[in-house]
Amino acid sequence: MADVITADTEVVSDRRRGILANARREAEARRLDEVLIVDVDCHIMETLRFKDLVPYIDHPQVRRIVERYPSFTSIIPGGGGDREVAGRIFRDPPIVASYGHASPEQLLEEMDTIGIDYAFIFPTPMLNLGMSPDVELEVALAQGYNRWVTDTWLQVSDRIRALLYLPFGDADASYREVVELGERRGVEGFMVTSARTTPVHHRSYMKVYAALEERGLPIGFHGIVQWREGALAQLNRFLSAHAIGFPLSNMIHLANIVINGLPQRFPRLRWIFLESGLFWIPFIAHRLDNEYRMRPSEAPLLERLPSEYIRDFYFSTQPLEVPERPEHLEMVMDMIDGRRHLLYASDWPHWDFDLPSRVYDLPFLSEADRRAILGGNAAELFGLPTSVARRPGAGGDGR
Amino acid sequence: MVAERRRVGPVEAIPENGCVLVRLGQVEVGVFKVRGVLRAYLNRCAHQGGPVCQGEIVPRYEEEIGPGGESLGVRASATRLDIACPWHGWEYDLMTGENIADRRYRLRAVPVSVEEGIVYLEVP
Repeated sequence: MADVITADTEVVSDRRRGILANARREAEARRLDEVLIVDVDCHIMETLRFKDLVPYIDHPQVRRIVERYPSFTSIIPGGGGDREVAGRIFRDPPIVASYGHASPEQLLEEMDTIGIDYAFIFPTPMLNLGMSPDVELEVALAQGYNRWVTDTWLQVSDRIRALLYLPFGDADASYREVVELGERRGVEGFMVTSARTTPVHHRSYMKVYAALEERGLPIGFHGIVQWREGALAQLNRFLSAHAIGFPLSNMIHLANIVINGLPQRFPRLRWIFLESGLFWIPFIAHRLDNEYRMRPSEAPLLERLPSEYIRDFYFSTQPLEVPERPEHLEMVMDMIDGRRHLLYASDWPHWDFDLPSRVYDLPFLSEADRRAILGGNAAELFGLPTSVARRPGAGGDGR
Repeated sequence: MVAERRRVGPVEAIPENGCVLVRLGQVEVGVFKVRGVLRAYLNRCAHQGGPVCQGEIVPRYEEEIGPGGESLGVRASATRLDIACPWHGWEYDLMTGENIADRRYRLRAVPVSVEEGIVYLEVP
């Protein structure tokens, strides 16, 4: 292609390089470097560094597996489905980055490019671990992941934070993780992967919620799709399974939490629901209200309507549905008290990520509302500094 | 706004059913040759501003339905080509720049011409 170059134009010879460069242009066009932006959900590729977990894994059999097998697919159940639409969606470097950040250094560089001050990291393949029938495996990998993350990623920079993995297959083990790691640097709360079969109102979890509440640590539920499970197995296209699976996985936990009166039992515990968009929330809120009015005897702990509890919950924005008529989204945000309870999330580098501009460009938000959703609400919820933390002039190198 | 005419290079350097990405100051333009016809678009997806011209060029998929309403299967079009944005997969008709899922969205076209075998862009 070199013969194409003239004095007038510069030919970009490798079209696969620098595909995040446009994110920097979008941020600069909106002067987002002056706005505090907290990304409450981005992903690392923990299995790329699986061997680094070995020293942190106590269980002898799981440790041997992680030591010996370069591939994780044989032990962690897959959610099923081709995220990349047969290669149409890709990242740079290829494959690796389409699933998650490989190192804290790469994450920080990409945060600077996109314009993110603080990022909350989550695992990627381990989001499916809640579906493993092997509870000892879930516990051992969770312990390994949590200690590896707190010893490495969270030590590199104050800008990297985490909701650690709760091995919810075992309530006692979950409780121990909160007690042992809840005060560690960069640990802002704990996370339950939403694809699982154990109901979150089971009595064994009460000590976990109490331990979180006592420490002021929020609990997050991260949506996920398990295509082969239950009703989802009828859906032939990943588009449909993904669209329904993520909110469904969170909707089930939200209903159990509200109807079993967990917010009554743990009034100071903050609940967060991640990666399911927003339009499902008014649906489940109104539907629960309607049924609760007919069957209050099934929810004797409630002192308010289900929707009133839901208005106290926090939700991440991604993947944000922007309808043809933005006023429809404005109505949804009003219904869930979004201006105070929505938390921007990128989900970068996953296939349906949102840049901060997705929120910033909503025509009905005031400047104060934009800033609240992009970072202010998260700063208040997690007690983060409220000033911009990015390195001046960083980023923009095309990565 | 006065457009500026910029020389890209010889037309044969743009691969058939392929793209050359050129940078003109702050503006990036993808120059495509689609079955011998040139098309040029700004390298900015109408969705979230992604580098759409750096994406995969893919044939449009078509699903044929039999007389009884049954699917006869999905196949790749022999004539229609799309460009898919690598960020989220938003897909556009390369000949028209229209988004194939939602025609309210389209790529911003850049006028492209050939004179004596040399490709020129009218850059806004």
